[in-house]
Amino acid sequence: MSELGAHVVILGAGHAGGTAAAMLRQYGHTGPISLIGDEPLAPYQRPPLSKAWLKGEADADSLALKPLEFYAEHQIDFRPGLTALKLKRADKLVELSDGSTLAYDILILATGARAIKLPVPGADLAGLLELRTAADAEALKAAVGPGKRLAVVGGGYIGLEVAASGRALGAEVVVIEREQRLLARVACEALSDFFRGVHETHGVIFEMGASVTGFVGENGHVTGVLLADGRTVPCDAAVIGVGATPNDELAADCGLDTARGVVVDLEARTSDPSIFAIGDVAHRPMPIYDRMFRMESVPNALEQAKQAASAITGRPAPAGEVPWQWSDQYDLKLQIAGYAFDTDEVLLRGDPASGKFAVFHLKGDQIQSVEAINSPPEFMMGKQLIGNRKSVSKAKLSDLSVSMKEVVA
Amino acid sequence: MAKITYIEHDGTEHVVDVKTGLTVMEGAVKNNVPGIDADCGGACACATCHVYVDEAWKDKTGDSSAMEESMLDFAENVEPNSRLSCQIKVSDALDGLVVRLPESQH
Repeated sequence: MSELGAHVVILGAGHAGGTAAAMLRQYGHTGPISLIGDEPLAPYQRPPLSKAWLKGEADADSLALKPLEFYAEHQIDFRPGLTALKLKRADKLVELSDGSTLAYDILILATGARAIKLPVPGADLAGLLELRTAADAEALKAAVGPGKRLAVVGGGYIGLEVAASGRALGAEVVVIEREQRLLARVACEALSDFFRGVHETHGVIFEMGASVTGFVGENGHVTGVLLADGRTVPCDAAVIGVGATPNDELAADCGLDTARGVVVDLEARTSDPSIFAIGDVAHRPMPIYDRMFRMESVPNALEQAKQAASAITGRPAPAGEVPWQWSDQYDLKLQIAGYAFDTDEVLLRGDPASGKFAVFHLKGDQIQSVEAINSPPEFMMGKQLIGNRKSVSKAKLSDLSVSMKEVVA
Repeated sequence: MAKITYIEHDGTEHVVDVKTGLTVMEGAVKNNVPGIDADCGGACACATCHVYVDEAWKDKTGDSSAMEESMLDFAENVEPNSRLSCQIKVSDALDGLVVRLPESQH
């Protein structure tokens, strides 16, 4: 059913919400669109915040998804600096933080995720930073520079990207990771070891298997990170990158199905047919893995924005996608396709020492996931093979002299 | 500033003014020209900003890097004049550029 004249209210003006608004207009939606964001800025790209933007290679204009005038020109009522406090589903009303209420025909929840805070003493000191928003990135940029000491708590992708950018800006960087290896939750051991080596070559110091028990400071500003073994890592600023949690309280409070995120179907529709949820906040089905989960990535935000916009405007749903993501550190481009679910074998193609290799995660003779370092063919072909479920020859896949175009069994 | 014409697969033309220093991809995305997805925002990581550069403009748009070449090698419907539009910087020399868009970026 198409509802081209319906009033669509989008809560959250990040990558998902901003894209949904633009897609709705592109797909011919004629009804009013309200886009409510809690930040002062119009929708912008977050990935560069830890990479090109932090290093000063990208400006605010280039971060913006669309120029500010785009929203008025396309009759999108963009309202910054506002949060939704309550959903009244029976009346199809949203209560906003300025005391006003907004009526909707269709609601899109694009409220994203927030950084997890460490529940330790000293966590409220100035100089303790996180990296989700442009404002966070501004604070971080001001805190790093030649001679400054930056502690990074958490050796995940955000932590490592910040470490690389911090080194590029001349800061001394110590990465503190609770696990014995980097990227422990998301990458295989070969990749963890490789990244550690690269960062060490660039002068990053690692404290592995180290638990943070608190922060110490002077005059309200952080001066060090306390570790469980009693040592203190001195710093001028610390970035905490230990994961994120979905902003799904609004949905849970009004009785929508949630499960570490708002539960949606293949159209991004929640358990209320008038409400969609997209992006970091959504717990969504992923047919190629026959399960549901929550993803924090731009490609996921874009895909679900398309799903919701298609359903609302009566277009066929987009063809199922293979999830993917990327990371840039120093001169390395990491491209990841798929997730390593239900795998029974890890296969290496190429030599990590060459700075160019790929790790394939297999289930039988099918590829479930690929992590490619400076190896676009492995990423591109791997992504296609994950999607079409074709069987591959392991002998060919591990043989660099065989082109990726010829690895199908 | 350069006037760039983007021609969708169905023949629909979009003529927009693009600021010097932006990329051909950004010129499309920021002006809501459909048909260029640019999922990665210009990091040369996704090959969803594929365009065909009009023959007359091939020299002026420059050569593609090894990274771009190898991404394009695995994209759909690639032609000899295929480029990733996030890798083409706009300058005054590109005033009048015409690019055509593929049927799909995925």
